[in-house]
Amino acid sequence: MAAIKNAAKVAGLVGGAIAAGGVHAVDLPEDRAETMYHLYDGGGVIAQGPAVLVRKSMLDRVALSGSWYVDAVSNASIDVVTTASKFKETRNQGEVALDYVVRDSLIHVAGSRSVEPDYQASTLSVDLTQDVFGGMTTVVLGYSHADDKVGEKGTPGWVGTAHHWQYRLGLTQILTPRWTASANLESINDDGYLKSPYRLARVIGTYLHENDPTTRESKALRLSTTGDITPEGASNRRSVRVDYRYYWDTWNVRGHTFEVAYNRNLAPGWLLESSLRYYRQKRALFYSDNAPGQTLYFSRNRELSTMHDFGPAVTLSYTLRSVPGKYDVKLSGTYQFIDFHYADYTVGDTGKPYSYHASVFNTVLSATF
Amino acid sequence: MRLSRLLPACLAACVFAGASGCAFKPIEPWVKPYERERLADPVMKTSLNELPGRQQDHVYTVREGSRGATGVQGGGCGCN
Repeated sequence: MAAIKNAAKVAGLVGGAIAAGGVHAVDLPEDRAETMYHLYDGGGVIAQGPAVLVRKSMLDRVALSGSWYVDAVSNASIDVVTTASKFKETRNQGEVALDYVVRDSLIHVAGSRSVEPDYQASTLSVDLTQDVFGGMTTVVLGYSHADDKVGEKGTPGWVGTAHHWQYRLGLTQILTPRWTASANLESINDDGYLKSPYRLARVIGTYLHENDPTTRESKALRLSTTGDITPEGASNRRSVRVDYRYYWDTWNVRGHTFEVAYNRNLAPGWLLESSLRYYRQKRALFYSDNAPGQTLYFSRNRELSTMHDFGPAVTLSYTLRSVPGKYDVKLSGTYQFIDFHYADYTVGDTGKPYSYHASVFNTVLSATF
Repeated sequence: MRLSRLLPACLAACVFAGASGCAFKPIEPWVKPYERERLADPVMKTSLNELPGRQQDHVYTVREGSRGATGVQGGGCGCN
């Protein structure tokens, strides 16, 4: 009987949430402008460049936004220098988006295009956000479709195309006046030319062009909780967040991501964000550092090997100017250290497992108005 | 009739009753809007800004086999 009572209680909660759906309207995202300089330096790869984002609402129902992101890459990573020669290239990505409030729902439509000399990607996405249960529960449903063209330097035209379908479901629940919890589920399906035309695999000591399957289906589930842990009477607010994500796909890659974060106001206008992240994965079925024989699919892509990475990140933000209710301007800087370790990717013919560390940096000047 | 067969019907009835406001009293939202001040504080956000999330997502997506469920919209490759 206790089980029936609990089930009835949960069902009543769902029904109540549906009934209460109309009492709270979602808000448009705030008007804001951001400029960022970003840098990644690790494993022989340097990627850096500017990025900008501007969003402006109008008529209290619509917000338009645009962003531009540049990655200027200098690549001398271990797989590039051992099987090819280092190279430089620039990737430009532009995005336009529209947010529209309809009754108590927020519809987000975005289109983006990423262009680099040998790869072009066009993505269209739609997300629907709905607050229910008196604003205590937020549900997000999303869908994206992307079409890619894959090229190879020295080969005219394109060597292949790839298509991606993404389905998202998100749920955020206010638990108490101090705690929230969320769950995100995303399914990504790929079809087409998913390998790299440059990457080489090693088969019985001989380097051959890799051959990946032409389809991949993946799912990821992320659970997160965030809480305000400010002691009563303290003036500087502080919070803690705990995340876990489980990933699985049809290539048999299994990944676990753990992250804890601690944020704290240091003084008026100063905010410190800190986090610690650990990730580990099991290799794809067809991955091998040096395959003992040729099979239909084979790859030596480090991204698909058995590996783990770990590292802390710190962000410090300062409010340069603030007029409550009108605008504020902030300056922030982030430094992140990541240590990568590969269990079955070796350096050359030494047999020594490969590892390296990377530094990730960005500085952002942002304004809300 | 076995209890397990009755349970789905009971649940459906409870959802309908909860939504229509009859039979069962719907559970009221227990955290009122005026009690959500702490939850709206910037210190509760994953990040103050939006662009750094795109950088971080890209850094991990091109170096780890896992992807998705990060809350960040990706796009493009930069992975060759």
